[in-house]
Amino acid sequence: MTVNEQPAIRAKSLTKKFGDFEAVRGIDVEVRPGESFGFLGPNGAGKSSTMRMIAGVSPVTSGTLEIFGLNPATHGSEIRNRLGVVPQADNLDGELTLLDNLIVYGRYFDIPRAECVARAKELLDFVQLSERSSGRVESLSGGMKRRLTIARGLMNRPEMFLLDEPTTGLDPQARHILWDRLYRLKQQGVTLVLTTHYMDEAEQLCDRLVVMDAGRIVAEGSPRELITRYSTREVLELRFGAGSNAEHEGRLLGVGDRLEVLADRVLVYADDGESALHEVHTRGLQPESSLVRRSSLEDVFLRLTGRSLEE
Amino acid sequence: MTTPASVRVLEMQMLLLKRIWKTNLTLSFLQPLLFFLGMGLGVGSLVDDRASSSEALGDISYATFLGPGLLATTAMLTAAGESLWPVLGGFKWDGSYEAMAATRLTAPQVVRGQFLWLAVRMGIAVGGVAVVLAVHPDTRSWGILPAVPAALLCGLVFTAWITAWAASREYDTSFSNVQRLVITPLFLFGGAFYPVDSLPDALRPVAWVTPLWHGVELCRGFVLHTLGMTEALGHVAVLAIWLIPGWIVCDRLFAKRLYR
Repeated sequence: MTVNEQPAIRAKSLTKKFGDFEAVRGIDVEVRPGESFGFLGPNGAGKSSTMRMIAGVSPVTSGTLEIFGLNPATHGSEIRNRLGVVPQADNLDGELTLLDNLIVYGRYFDIPRAECVARAKELLDFVQLSERSSGRVESLSGGMKRRLTIARGLMNRPEMFLLDEPTTGLDPQARHILWDRLYRLKQQGVTLVLTTHYMDEAEQLCDRLVVMDAGRIVAEGSPRELITRYSTREVLELRFGAGSNAEHEGRLLGVGDRLEVLADRVLVYADDGESALHEVHTRGLQPESSLVRRSSLEDVFLRLTGRSLEE
Repeated sequence: MTTPASVRVLEMQMLLLKRIWKTNLTLSFLQPLLFFLGMGLGVGSLVDDRASSSEALGDISYATFLGPGLLATTAMLTAAGESLWPVLGGFKWDGSYEAMAATRLTAPQVVRGQFLWLAVRMGIAVGGVAVVLAVHPDTRSWGILPAVPAALLCGLVFTAWITAWAASREYDTSFSNVQRLVITPLFLFGGAFYPVDSLPDALRPVAWVTPLWHGVELCRGFVLHTLGMTEALGHVAVLAIWLIPGWIVCDRLFAKRLYR
């Protein structure tokens, strides 16, 4: 158990520069073993740069980083031996079969060949690709390729699994299959670390997350905590028609706790959405449509950065 | 129980080779055979009739002169073909090096695996030439056995430097110029087709420093039993002096590109 007493990740004042560009600007992160941890943020927030440093494939510019208590600058190979990685862009070998892709990758970790074959078959089963094991990767759909990449990343039975935008570009059905598989890994006690710009993904999978913006961490907590801290229980969405949302801001002042005027709608933050809507009607306003929903991480992000997550 | 990392990288390449080995092996035999027949026997029939040729070639037929050198040129041409686009592709297009870099493999291990793969790849091609030489009575010799590794050593020099070039490029625009301006002139002027002594005085020293000439001389010397121990060691030393810095440069470039 000595290994598990170490934090899986410990970063202090971590920065990453590429020339003059500062991709990560001093972040502090600590992830416990067995935790599911997320980096949420828009494109260019520094999530992938952070992830690559954690994966032991990108040198730290300044600050300290420890993975399993080890320094990636001196113990990169040892760290990578205990990690599973799912990169943002699939780098499977298109000309090899599914099974061979996994075996070859397992061999990079010096796992005996017979053991590689056994694990590969077991993992193809886990990601529901067994029937295609002797087919070629080129013939797979995007979602299947991503599942195969996940199976590949599990060949060395990693203690921590790093996923960089695991479901970007996948259709909703493929995303749900993938979430289900990741949820099972989480139940098996694997530490999951993922980046995403989908708030629903973060809510589904993460025990705890940080919101990143322009290389910095702007908030940290569980999805629930963040919503409680930065948003209200409910949100009332009002649509007054194209271009006329801003005009109604003045007449909405005082309804709910806070207003957010977007191009296509006005968000009214209130603990009780229905009574806020009642108040809107009492003031004689007639929105084209209205919707009361629960607060989400999207609202948290909007509050923290003034921008929408998915542009 | 553990397998060297370079061998584990090679396993991946061998799986890919398994898919194309039939055409690959056929071509390996065909190309040197065509050279041997076309140049050795075709041009040879012109050369061998001239009185001055026996002086320049040392009382052997042109085919006998040419054949052993093809071991070294074949290694070089294979190295060039397999170390430009495939190497840049490993970084940029198929991401195979990136996949390796995420595992416990280190950059020098990836480089070693790549070189080992090239040695196998060149071995197949050079082996094809060796078979042609063994079949022809004038070049049939036990010297073919040491000539094959000599050709591979020469090929590894090209592997190292061409791999380094490819690993340091962002785009492949310069690659056909490497073929045209480096490999083809070496192929023509490296002493495989005629003795370097027949070149103008000013060009001879150029041939002497190029690794191909040393490879050609080693192979020819082994096959025709015309090489003394000191000479042989000298050629090997020059090739080693070319190889080692190229290898170090590759290690650095791979580390820089994979872990940035």
